[in-house]
Amino acid sequence: MKMIRVGRWITAIALVLLAGVYVRALVYTPVERSQGLAQKIFYLHVPAAIWAETAMVLVGLASIFYLFLKDPRLDRFAESSAEAGAVFAAVVLTTGPIWGKPIWGTWWSWDARLTLTLFLFLLYVGYLLLRGAVADPGARARYAAVLGICGMVLVPFVHLSVYMFRTLHPMPIVLKPSAPSLPPSMLATWLFSLLVFTLLYVGFVVQRYALSYLREQLEAATGGIGHA
Amino acid sequence: MPLPEAVRHAWYVARKDLRVEVRARTGILSALAFVILVLLAFNFSRDPTAVPAIDLAPSILWVTLTFASMLALNRAFQLELENQAFDGLLLAPISRTSIYLGKLIANLIFVATIELLGVPLLALFFNVRILPFLGPLVATIALATIGFVAVGTLFSAMTVRTRFAELLLPVLLLPFMIPPLMWAAWATGPLLAGRPLSDIVGWLKMLAAYDIVFVGVALVLFPATVNE
Repeated sequence: MKMIRVGRWITAIALVLLAGVYVRALVYTPVERSQGLAQKIFYLHVPAAIWAETAMVLVGLASIFYLFLKDPRLDRFAESSAEAGAVFAAVVLTTGPIWGKPIWGTWWSWDARLTLTLFLFLLYVGYLLLRGAVADPGARARYAAVLGICGMVLVPFVHLSVYMFRTLHPMPIVLKPSAPSLPPSMLATWLFSLLVFTLLYVGFVVQRYALSYLREQLEAATGGIGHA
Repeated sequence: MPLPEAVRHAWYVARKDLRVEVRARTGILSALAFVILVLLAFNFSRDPTAVPAIDLAPSILWVTLTFASMLALNRAFQLELENQAFDGLLLAPISRTSIYLGKLIANLIFVATIELLGVPLLALFFNVRILPFLGPLVATIALATIGFVAVGTLFSAMTVRTRFAELLLPVLLLPFMIPPLMWAAWATGPLLAGRPLSDIVGWLKMLAAYDIVFVGVALVLFPATVNE
């Protein structure tokens, strides 16, 4: 199948570029003064966090359109985006503590943003579990769409709470109303990394989408036994 | 459909559920017994000489209420599974929105009853003064409960027809319960400590915003969970 191969290529290119991000971050970007080398993890952590949340928004949007149009392609996309989002949320939750240990002095802190990323991750897990628990494809798509929309609606509450709580978490440096407050070379590395993570997301979703399609074909051919 | 009509139909649905509940009384009695047992468990799992009850009261209150409402929500559509009662309800000449609204009202009354009995018990067991702060406390509990139950009623309509319904509902619902739970717990703490009302108004506003958004979302999405 052509699509799965396209997805593999995109992912492969993104992985090669990811190695480039490491090189650029470690060799060509200055060391931050107060946090030292630990700050390097931001080049992975923040783009992953952005895609973990964006994926949820895309799941929600695809779900809204699915409920109107009943197009199975939208449902397949939502499923794929949720799985990719779960992976990115896992990356955020892994890189966060690695940074937290030297800087906060603890692996885990019940900081608002960290906590809510954990809940974003659990939201994805719930979404994927719900999909697994419904046998009928039509009901599965509708239930998943309902949950996906609710998940998207929850994300703004997550964001609002970042600004409302007193928190240990660094405030946004790049995505804020005023101009980004970091040196150009750091910004360049960061933007490069964001691009790479975008490619990774696209690669994952394309592959996963092709897989869903194949699985549906199998389900149709074997009378619904092929569900996994 | 004109609004008063829809509300009247919703009330019929709610009244039907509540009548079943009042005649059987198993649900409310087991929920009450559950609340008492959770409070007991809390009592024996804390060190009264180390942590004063007043510091622990908000956590005890909100954990107990969270689990108790979960219990109530699992029950909401379970009743309808017997004798395919739900099909009958769907065949009734009322809108899907009215069914949701009716279920929401019935669940709210059910959970409110548990809270009405549970909160005085908490005050009694842990020697917490609640009478001077009764008004704001009731407002906080009411706002949080509406948020829980609105999302929970929507989700239980879906999970009840899946495998592992009892397990899936908490997994799906808890990420949605945690934000209002946090705000409510953080409002209850200062409240019980006798802080001025202005300290908690922000949390109450968040709770109200959450309620409005999720009741609206659930009203719109509910038909998608039942359309066959």
